[in-house]
Amino acid sequence: MVTRGFTGRGSGGDQSGRIPPGQHLVENFPVLSAGPTPNVETADWKFTVKIGPKPVKVWNWIEFNALPKTKVTKDIHCVTSWSKLDTAWEGVLIEDILADAGLDHPTDFVLAHSYDGYSTHVPLADLLSGKAMIALTYAGKPLPRDHGGPARLLVPHLYLWKSAKWVNALQFTTRDEAGFWELRGYHIYGDPWREQRYTND
Amino acid sequence: MTEGGAQLASWQSCVIEEIVQQTPSIKSFFLRLSKPFAHIAGQHVDVRLTARDGYSAMRSYSIASSAASSPIIELAIERLPDGEVSSFFHDVAAIGDEIELRGPLGGHFLWPEPAVDAVLLIGAGSGLAPLMAMIRQRHALKPAVPTALLLSARTAEDVLFSEELHRTEINDAAFVLALAITRESPVRASDFGRRIDGAMVQEIVARLHRKPTQVFVCGSNGFVNIATEGALLAGLDASIIKTERYGG
Repeated sequence: MVTRGFTGRGSGGDQSGRIPPGQHLVENFPVLSAGPTPNVETADWKFTVKIGPKPVKVWNWIEFNALPKTKVTKDIHCVTSWSKLDTAWEGVLIEDILADAGLDHPTDFVLAHSYDGYSTHVPLADLLSGKAMIALTYAGKPLPRDHGGPARLLVPHLYLWKSAKWVNALQFTTRDEAGFWELRGYHIYGDPWREQRYTND
Repeated sequence: MTEGGAQLASWQSCVIEEIVQQTPSIKSFFLRLSKPFAHIAGQHVDVRLTARDGYSAMRSYSIASSAASSPIIELAIERLPDGEVSSFFHDVAAIGDEIELRGPLGGHFLWPEPAVDAVLLIGAGSGLAPLMAMIRQRHALKPAVPTALLLSARTAEDVLFSEELHRTEINDAAFVLALAITRESPVRASDFGRRIDGAMVQEIVARLHRKPTQVFVCGSNGFVNIATEGALLAGLDASIIKTERYGG
């Protein structure tokens, strides 16, 4: 349906192939979260990998930072319709974390958990092959609290609610268990290129 | 399990029935739905504008009306500098125009039904919209739970829904209204002439006479961070605070 009198800013010239349907480009970095911003000191920070309820390995900040680090530059897409191009992150790839924990492929599904009680569902296949990391820096600086610092999950090929801020655990599950937003009307997978915003999209 | 009704929200066209200039920067748009829905106060709609060349732009707007006004919903849209969609609404949209939207959406920032205990609402600017839906929804329920609204605005004329809020305060003993006016002196002794802080939140909680069991905060990210820090300093628990941050 054409909206009378709407011309829009246009689709951003040569960037157009990088902006998924229904998204618009931003230069700033908007912040969206469901509750107060947690204040987690790196001295208290811990990260756990679990299979079901059972912890397999726990790292403190120093131990985690000793894992191999990887830099990526990615486009990111928020379900509220903004996209940001060429965001630069450094962190630890999920396969490097699993290798350090002596794990290969315990189950097909993962729930990421956060310090504020948030959780989100991601299939394991979407976390491997360099597709995802626990990010520790953004644009060359320690990750700011507003953006999930000290550490957040980064799964840039899915809508950004999957990239859990203030992450503190990855939990392997046998089923595709829904997390916080997936229980509240948002899509279980969340592919921006297929516009999977809400449950039945 | 789904807490919200988002799974049923399909695109529909609606017609602009009325436009009201509410403050120098905010207009209300009253939209008649072609496929009426009953929303929960706090939910939003996604609005999609499409140009002749097929380019489309989508934004989310909170619903400011309560379900009682169905099949007409009210959106309070603030003109943003360089806002692609908000400028369209402010400069181009006219009564009778068709607009495409889907909703109701969102399953977290929701008025608790049934509301059984005191509620604290904190908002700034057009961030009042979903809180206003809650105040209007609450008004329809008798007896209404004790509710306080702490609303930040630059000046008195920037206060959205000012007349209705003052009327509600006068007619409803269980509703507490306090304005935090940041760029001029407040007129009423019960208002504040500064930005929101912990002492202010504490004072509002005292006026409620009961500790709130749910807190809703809506505004820009900077505002929400200040307001939630204030709520935490006032001794409220992080787990009862729900936030909606806009931008982007």
